Amino acid sequence: MPLMQLTSPHTKNNVSTQKMMLEVIGATLLGAGILTYHFGWGILINVLWASLVALGCEALVLKIRRKPISFYLRDGSALVTALLLALAIPPTAPWWLTLVGTAFAIIIAKQLYGGLGYNPFNPAMAGYALLLISYPVEMTSWLPPRSIAEHTQAHSLQGALQLFWSGAISTQTGLKTVDAFTSATTLDTLKTARTLSLTLEEATAQNPVLGSLSGWMVAPGWFWSNLAFLTGGLYLLKRKHITWHIPLSFLSALTVTASIAYYFKPTLGSPIFHLFSGATMLCAFFIATDPVSAATSQQGKLIYGTGIGLLTYIIRTFGGYPDAVAFAVLLLNLAAPTIDYYTQPRSYGHKKAKKGLHSL
Amino acid sequence: MNHQATFTKRNSQQQLPGGIHPPERKTLSNVAKLRQAPIPNQLVLPLNQHLGSVAKPIVTVGQKVLKGQQIAAAQGRISANVHASTSGTVLDIGLYAIAHPSNLPTTCIIIQSDGQDKAIDYNPIADPFNQTPETLRTAIETAGIIGLGGAGFPSAHKTNTQAHKPVHTLLLNAVECEPYITADDISLRERNREIITGCQLLCRASGATSIKIGIEDNKPEAIAALEHSLTQEILHYPVELTVVPTQYPSGGEKQLIQLLTGLEVPAKGLPTDLGLLCHNVGTAYAVYRAIELGEPLITRVTTLTGEALPAQARGNYEVRIGTPIKDLLTTLQTHWQNLNRLIMGGPMMGFTLQNLNVPVVKTTNCLIAATQTELPTSEPEQTCIRCGHCAEVCPASLLPQQLYWHTKAENHQALVQHNLFDCIECGACAYVCPSHIPLVQYYRFAKGEIRQHQAETTKSNRARQRFEARTARIEQAKAQREAQRAAHRKKVSDQRPSAKAQTSIETINDPEALKNAFLKAQKTWLDAQKALEYSQKNSPADTSKLEVKIEKLKTKAEQAKTQWEQAKGSN
Repeated sequence: MPLMQLTSPHTKNNVSTQKMMLEVIGATLLGAGILTYHFGWGILINVLWASLVALGCEALVLKIRRKPISFYLRDGSALVTALLLALAIPPTAPWWLTLVGTAFAIIIAKQLYGGLGYNPFNPAMAGYALLLISYPVEMTSWLPPRSIAEHTQAHSLQGALQLFWSGAISTQTGLKTVDAFTSATTLDTLKTARTLSLTLEEATAQNPVLGSLSGWMVAPGWFWSNLAFLTGGLYLLKRKHITWHIPLSFLSALTVTASIAYYFKPTLGSPIFHLFSGATMLCAFFIATDPVSAATSQQGKLIYGTGIGLLTYIIRTFGGYPDAVAFAVLLLNLAAPTIDYYTQPRSYGHKKAKKGLHSL
Repeated sequence: MNHQATFTKRNSQQQLPGGIHPPERKTLSNVAKLRQAPIPNQLVLPLNQHLGSVAKPIVTVGQKVLKGQQIAAAQGRISANVHASTSGTVLDIGLYAIAHPSNLPTTCIIIQSDGQDKAIDYNPIADPFNQTPETLRTAIETAGIIGLGGAGFPSAHKTNTQAHKPVHTLLLNAVECEPYITADDISLRERNREIITGCQLLCRASGATSIKIGIEDNKPEAIAALEHSLTQEILHYPVELTVVPTQYPSGGEKQLIQLLTGLEVPAKGLPTDLGLLCHNVGTAYAVYRAIELGEPLITRVTTLTGEALPAQARGNYEVRIGTPIKDLLTTLQTHWQNLNRLIMGGPMMGFTLQNLNVPVVKTTNCLIAATQTELPTSEPEQTCIRCGHCAEVCPASLLPQQLYWHTKAENHQALVQHNLFDCIECGACAYVCPSHIPLVQYYRFAKGEIRQHQAETTKSNRARQRFEARTARIEQAKAQREAQRAAHRKKVSDQRPSAKAQTSIETINDPEALKNAFLKAQKTWLDAQKALEYSQKNSPADTSKLEVKIEKLKTKAEQAKTQWEQAKGSN
């Protein structure tokens, strides 16, 4: 038998891209479950539909690019993109909304740049930004959490399927469109309350969606799902699939800015409110940590995370959209290569780190 | 002269940046005691087992040699002697395959063993600690000792610190961080006194004044043995034993220095820049044999391991340099049908062998006869997802994935900027890469490309300089000739002021010259006349121009005739 001729190293740990992606998917399951519990079956339908679309689009482009389809599909990255995007899409979304967003994410934001590893932008967030800009109404109307909802037809499997398919639910009183069931998200409600110059107490009284958690004012559904994503994120940290740099710097930056602002103007929302509303934890551990589009050196990751945290707060508070994670991430994606050039670590035997490209 | 012996043991506070913990698999080979490998039928002794110039054979084919007899001499400043490792007859001196990643054959001396293993008389050095460092270095050089840890740098040259910079501390590398390898572990358990003596001899030879020993905490027996003999032996130098945490690649020279001293070898520098010198356990033992027993380097301890070997055969062997690997594996009853990959060195930095007829050389610290299940073939390479695991484990704090991208883009400037040449090729990055990218191979390629590019640039620069110098030289010579010619012309014209004036026909009065001019003009005219007649006869071409020209030539000839006749008349 001829002897195997290979170069060193001859041994390898058993981590693979596929396993990493599967563990990322696994880590989101708890959060996805909590979201489904609070906001109905629509969440799960979105996730499944987006996954199907993502796999289909990926396979299509791979076929056009004449790449081995199953080899690339097996890496699981398309599923992760679909999952992250679907978790950010409202549970009432019709099928075409998810289709457009996912297809854009996979075909334009990922494959046109060369596929996994080559995309400068986080594909899920690129898809999300496209949807948010193009369909602001559909994208900003969420169901209220089951516990405080007036009608819960939209939370049921049957109702969610009807909304998914036709955008309306047939009831005894006739067809009811999405508007009948949805309300604004907590972040949105707070923003509206601020424009109306309501005090926090008034806002809470008018909109039960804002909720309250021992005076900290966090909507129940959002709080628990964020907590679940935090748990999933800590699991990824423990498994060393992500490092602490981006989540910690992101959450710290958000907390610090929110605390300062809250001190001067309580209607801007407490730091706890910001940490446990919207997509904060999903972003901290699953979106901002997407390695392909993030900065890679440790120092670079800290700058990158801090940037996202600051921008998230600024856009949330002063921008026109309720949540800001997608835009903050995309803007920092743009800055990541430059950050990397200026944050090279000091190598062994060198007195100081080389920064930038001109210090040759 | 017994110095105050001090011995301290501490656990390293220093941590490596990065590093990995691959499965150690050392128990495959560290249970059995050190054994003697049999004398092979034939020895294959390559002449370039070391770094530096190839040694030159000093025996002839057919000559009888004894064990320990020198058969090839070091050539040049960095080189090493080669000795026969058993007695016998020189069968051939020629090109044979050796264990080298390039698979290129090299000059080897083949010795047919006579089975008697008769040695020459060895000349040990008496009372070596009272000898000069030069004497010890000469003994090390004569014995053909090179770094047995793997690099194979001639030890005598390395120890000659007067040639470089003075050193104060000798580091003994007993870390042995690569998985599978236990040669140093077993040697330390069984030969710790000799190794400590050898280490002190190296210390004396290099002019160092203290010794630091580094060993990983996964070798408790070796640590205990070392501690025991360090407390029992007479020490000539203060010795500090440091137990470092088990982590690959803490046994790299640069990493060990960082662990034991907290210092970093400057980029492009050497440990001697810090006053340090690093030697391996195996080298220290060889130095002990060379100085205390007078025996040259003809054997070494090699770990023979891997699951393709029967369990009882795995272990450490004292192998004669030049033993063909096939003989060795046959004696150990290797399961040939299971042997999938044969690695010389460790699984992280070793290289695979293609040809089993290659010999064990001075740097062969380990042979792994691995099965397919033991070291499975790597999965196909996927795209880099920039996860950064490689950067987390890099002991040199490089950004391996940036190096990978720049290698693919052949961006040499960015590679140098990202300190490619500080990569020690330990393989930690490739070990953790989830996309199965053979990163080290990329870096080797890039280093080769850059070196070649630099060599070509140097070469073309030299060629350009040569060309420019040549052009300048030619120009200068030309100018010089011109100047000489001008000077000569001036001289001639000064001597014959009227010469120039006489060149025109009208002013010549010499009838002979005028006659010649007339004859020449007449001939030209008549030739032209002939040509006219020929062309009129053969082609209908327009000959009017030619006729005009002939008229002119005729007039010229007649003028010349008149002048000549006048001159004749006047004379």
